[in-house]
Amino acid sequence: MEHTNEMQLIFDSRSSNESFARVTVAAFMTSLNPTVEEVSDVKTAVSEAVTNAIIHGYENEVHSICIRGRTEGKTLYLEVEDTGKGIEDVKQAMEPLFTTKPELERSGMGFSFMEAFMDHLTVVSEPGKGTTVKMDKTIGKGRRLWTAQSL
Amino acid sequence: MKYQVQENCLTVFLPNELDHHNAEEIRKEADHLIEHNHIRYVVFDFKETNFMDSSGIGVIMGRYKRIYMLGGEVCAVHTNERMKKILTMSGVTKIMQIYEEEK
Repeated sequence: MEHTNEMQLIFDSRSSNESFARVTVAAFMTSLNPTVEEVSDVKTAVSEAVTNAIIHGYENEVHSICIRGRTEGKTLYLEVEDTGKGIEDVKQAMEPLFTTKPELERSGMGFSFMEAFMDHLTVVSEPGKGTTVKMDKTIGKGRRLWTAQSL
Repeated sequence: MKYQVQENCLTVFLPNELDHHNAEEIRKEADHLIEHNHIRYVVFDFKETNFMDSSGIGVIMGRYKRIYMLGGEVCAVHTNERMKKILTMSGVTKIMQIYEEEK
């Protein structure tokens, strides 16, 4: 069996924790030997998910956000969970440029960015209960591993 | 955050990481400067910036709307490959020119 590893991160939904969250996930994924590009992709996706939880899930109230991370083989699995107000219509929320908060200059690209930078994205949400964003990314796809010739 | 006003042009020197956390501050300060200095052109300087998410796109689009109403333009300079990718993906390059070298 290929190595697996798990972590859980629970932190306050303050905007100052956005960089903490993405840097922590970036550190967690280093064992997969990602490129700078792949790390940036994951950091952007985590940032979007956490920002969504803070602005939309909790509407700037301070509660807990939980990130669960798992590496299995070459794949990184992430879950970002809040127990905030949830999303009424997930399909609509995921449409590019759709936002419920244009007054806050939200561009409506959060989910589009997550979809673009990760391999898979699933959003599970129930109004009044909260939202969990599940995403994964396989590291080193289309990149041949460089292995030294044995002598 | 650092800003520079030269006649009717405002340069915003963006931070190392442009996310929701510091987007608010830039939005407030830039709008204040735009209002009080008859600004027509806004230059976003990405020299120090290595990370940006959709909150950054929101900041650019918001300033664009404001400046466009005043008959001006926004542009970006010193963007690295990553920033170019994010800007292109989001589509803001349709409303904002990226200049490779400072004008």
